[in-house]
Parts: sequence; structure tokens; C-alpha cells
Amino acid sequence: MRKLLTKEFLTRNETLVAIVIIGFCIVASIADANFLSIPTLTDLMRGGIVLGIFAVAAMVVLISGGIDVSFTAVGVFAMYTTTLFLITYAPNLPWYLAFLIAMTIGAILGAINGVLIAGFGLPTLIVTLGTLSIYRGFLLTFVGSRLISNLPPEMRSFSRLMVVRGTNSDGSFYSLPWAFAALVLVVVLTWFILHKTMLGRAIFAIGGSVESARRIGINVRGIQFFIYVYVGILSGLAGIIHASMSRVANPFDLVGLELSVIAAVVLGGARLIGGVGTLTGTLLGVSLIILVRNSLIVVGIPSTWQSVAIGSLILLGTGLPAWQAKRAAARAA
Amino acid sequence: MSRTTPKSNVLAAPEVRLAVIAVGVFVLMAALSPERFLSMQNMTSMAFQFPEFAILALAMTVTMLTGGIDLSVVGVSNLSAVVAATILTRFVDPGLTGAGMYLWLGIAAAASLVVGMIAGFVNGIAVAIFGLPPILATLGSGLVFTGFAVALTDGSAVMGFPVGVAWLGNEKLLGIPVPLYLFAILALLISFLLTRTSFGFKIRMFGANPLAAQFAALDINKLLIKVYVLSGGLSAMAGMLIMSRANSAKADYGSSYLLLAVLIAVLGGVNPYGGYGKIIGVVLAVLSMQFLSSGLNMLQVSNFARELIWGLLLIVVMIINTRNSFRIRRAKRTVLKT
Repeated sequence: MRKLLTKEFLTRNETLVAIVIIGFCIVASIADANFLSIPTLTDLMRGGIVLGIFAVAAMVVLISGGIDVSFTAVGVFAMYTTTLFLITYAPNLPWYLAFLIAMTIGAILGAINGVLIAGFGLPTLIVTLGTLSIYRGFLLTFVGSRLISNLPPEMRSFSRLMVVRGTNSDGSFYSLPWAFAALVLVVVLTWFILHKTMLGRAIFAIGGSVESARRIGINVRGIQFFIYVYVGILSGLAGIIHASMSRVANPFDLVGLELSVIAAVVLGGARLIGGVGTLTGTLLGVSLIILVRNSLIVVGIPSTWQSVAIGSLILLGTGLPAWQAKRAAARAA
Repeated sequence: MSRTTPKSNVLAAPEVRLAVIAVGVFVLMAALSPERFLSMQNMTSMAFQFPEFAILALAMTVTMLTGGIDLSVVGVSNLSAVVAATILTRFVDPGLTGAGMYLWLGIAAAASLVVGMIAGFVNGIAVAIFGLPPILATLGSGLVFTGFAVALTDGSAVMGFPVGVAWLGNEKLLGIPVPLYLFAILALLISFLLTRTSFGFKIRMFGANPLAAQFAALDINKLLIKVYVLSGGLSAMAGMLIMSRANSAKADYGSSYLLLAVLIAVLGGVNPYGGYGKIIGVVLAVLSMQFLSSGLNMLQVSNFARELIWGLLLIVVMIINTRNSFRIRRAKRTVLKT
């Protein structure tokens, strides 16, 4: 139906988001002289770590033509289970091993999604809606529903590793944790997979048309399975980073974030019908969502209007290209 | 993806399977705690509980029949409830009774219904005219509607209504809870609309094959807008029911109902790709869910475990449904070969 989604529209969507971000920053810096400063930037970057990793994961699924809403539940499951395991059995385990455990748990949960979607051929939205409540329900029923506030020392010390740290003229602190490197790594790895490997081409091909992909000899089921496992691993990573940075493992956290994450990815130009999506767009989308969340008040909009703003952005950001595509299709017909 | 089932195999129809599940769950729960599950008190409390999310499931069903989805149902129902609640608290003295009260109740109900239908109209325009995928359109608009409700109330609950408000959600008529009447009437109405009118026929036709519907010269834009307006109106009614039962309105009531509404529709045999679905299936799914939920409640299973079981149920039913359609397709293929 919307096969006329050429590169032009794609770039337009990304530039649109970039323009909105720049416009937002200009208005904000006029309203508040302190807005354009290093602390705002580090706040943005720190806020973008967990959201950004989730968004990259969600983007890969969208490119393949599916949708995953269970990744937050995977993240919180991996995070809480790992923390509980560390506290009870191995409090002094190095942080990278803790991360490995969380990512393994994420991979297992992702594999369950993968089996249901690739193996049974069920619709992705329905499956992940189901597993969202299964993972969360299982976590809260059988693993625990109590907040863990005394994190293992290794996880705490991970969150204290800073790239830069400083004090402003007005005495407030700013810092950028090393955890940001995780986002960079994830972005680079995903870029490599998507654009430098056959696997990546296959993911785009499936998103473009499952049937064509099958006919040129792509192992559709295998690729789909890989995608959901990969998403699980990234979600586990995002979860454990979230816990160590907020210095508390809360089993009620993260779930509820999934729609904002998908919104960020879609704002960045990824298409629900699959086959289209860029990392640049995704990161721009994440930045915009975080800016709106953190700084709406700076441009004079009360924070009670936050979800109206985000919702309108989604409608505009996705409506404009969809409408253009529809008109172009009508003209071509 | 057509799901035509051969008439000879009765069990292949999802509705029949669902009826078996509903009865099975009922018998199981009755066997596990007979004196409490089968009590009159439990029956009435169940009949008070399910209509609100069942109406949301009806709204979800009509959009799913077109191959779409409405993720804004909870947002719409809260916004319309908040509008009604604001009218009732700003302009009406809580002590008001008699004709004056009924007049204001009527105004508030009408306003909330209109708000719901406008919200549905916005969704319809976004999907039909602008060509947004329904998931995105209703995801975005749902945030906007919830946001308006938050902005109207500053995020707190609105309460202090005249006494008449509580009637809809808490009273009984001839021994049967009022919400049950509302749900029964709406279910019959929608069922009639879907099976006995050209509107319903067009909905299923479009859902089964949008391209064919377009070539059959259906006014698709008008059809889709009508469907989303209907969904918005139903959501508004669910909103009023929730408001009446809670005797207050808040922007974030019933947030778990969204998943539940999708779940019930899919469980009820509605094909999420569009084209197939029966209201009787949705009703049976609602009953199964409520029996399960009340029964688990009596066995003192936590809310979280209930969430787990709902999710499992959804996946298992989906697996069974697609397995069946696979088998039929394979059977057809072998028939063609021979």
C-alpha cells in the first residue's frame, strides 16, 4: 500500500525530528539562559542510556516488520533476577559477570518470544503482549515483588565509574557515567550487524517482504529467532544498567515504558510495516522524547501536558510522512 | 487469511472451543471452592465487575474486524469520564436531587458520549484520511487523550457527585446488576450491527480483503471513520460505568484494561488481521476470563499470578487457533493436489 516510501521521505522524517529538536533548544535557551549547558547535555545522555538501548532493540524488530512490546518486561525480569541472585549467592561477583547473567536471562526470554513468533507463526504484537504479562507476572509471583535497595557492591561501583565529572559555576554537579559507553557499543554493534553483514540484509529483506525474502532463499524463521534473542540480550543489558544507575532494583520499574520507546523509534522514521529504520533517526527520536520529558517546563508548558505533547509528536511525526506517501501513491495511480 | 471452517467439524469453530473452555473453567472453579464460587454473592459481584472491560473489548473487536486495533480505548474512556465528572462537580451541587439532578446527569452523559465519539473521529481521520497505521494512530492519540484528562484534573481524582451517579454501576434492577443490562444491550446491538446490516457486512469485507473492498467501490474512508467513532462511543460508555462504580474519575483508571481488552478479543476468536470475529465469541471469552479471575481470587492467588495466567491463556489459545487454520489449509492443499 505504501510502497512509495523512498529515501526522500525517510530523510525528511529524520530532518523533521532534528528541526524540532533544534527549535526546542532555541526556544528553551531563550526562556532559560542556563539551558544550553553541559549539565543539560549530560542529563540528556544519561537519560538516553537505558531508553536508547531499548530503542535500538525495538528498532531492529520494527525493521524486520514485527513489533515487540515485551522488552521492558524482559529487562526488569533480567535485572531483578540477577540482582537477587547476586545478593543471595555471590555478592562480590564482578559487574561484568553480573551483566553477562542478565544478558543470558534476557536471551532466554527473547528465545521464548522467538519460538512463539518464528516457530508457531503467531502475530508479533499479540505474542509480545502475552509474554509481557507472563514475564512480569512470573517475576512478581515467583521471584519477588520486594524492592532491593542495597545493591551488590560491584553494581554500585559500576555506576560510579565516570567519564567526566565536574562542578558548575552555580555549584551543581554534572557527570557522565561509563555506562554511556554501553549505548555506544550497542549502537556500533547493531550498525555493524544491520549494514555490514548478510544477517542485516536479511533482516531488512524480511521487513520489506517476507515472501520475497523466503523465495530468495533467506531462512526467515532463523532470522526472526535471532532478532528476538538479540532484543532479549539488549533488554537484559538495559535492565541491569538501569538498576545499577538508579541504585535500586525495583520489580515494578520499566514496564509501561514500552510505548514511549516505540514512539521514539517511530518518530525517528522506522516504519511499522517493516523494512525501514535508521539508527540516526532512532537516536534523534530518543533525544526528542527525553528533551520533552526533562525540559518541557523550560519552554513554558506545564508538565501535566507532557503526554499530550508526546502523543501529538507521534501523530505529527508519523502522520506527515504517511499522508505524503498516501498522496504520492494516489498521484501515481 | 480466511478462517473458513468446515461445517462437519463442530469443534473447529473457535466459539465452540471457547464455550467448552468457559464451561470448563466454571466447573473447575466451582469444584475447587464450591461454597464460595457458587454463592449468590459471588455471582452478583462478578456481574458487577466484568461489564466495564467487556465493553472495552467490544470496542476493540469492531476495530480488529477491519484489521486495525484501538489502543486508545482506555484513554478515551478516562477522558470522557473526566469530562462528565468535571461537569458534575463544577456546575452541580452534590446535594441536588430530583428532576434537576437527572437533567444534569443526562447532560454529563451526553457530553461524555460526544467526547468519546469525537475522540473516535480523530482516530478515524488519522487512520482513514492520513493513512496512519492504526497501532500508531491510536497509540499517539491515546497519549493525547490521557494527557488532556491529566491536564483537566491535574492528575488527581475528581469526586463529589450527586447520588444518582452511583446508580449505573452499583444498583440492581429486578435482582440483576445494572451494568450487566448495559453490556447485554450493547453486545446485542453490536452483534445485530455486524451480522444484520450492510455496515457490518462491509466491515468484515474490508477486514478480509481491503483491496477487494476498494475495487468493490466501498467508501473505505467513511467506513473506517464510522468504525472508530463506534469504538470511541463504546469506550465512553465503559468510562461512565467505571466512573459510576468508583464514584470518581481519574486520568489513569483501568490502565490494565487495555491488555485485557486485546486479550479478550483475540481469545474470543477475533482475527487480529481482520475479517473474522463473532460477538458471541467475545462474550464467552469475557465469561471465561471473569470465572478464572474470580476463582483465582478465591483461591487467594495474587494479582500478579493472574496476569501470568492471562498471558499464558492468550498464547495457548493463539497457538490452538493457528494450528487449526494450518491444518485446514494443509488439508485444502492436499485436496487440490489429488
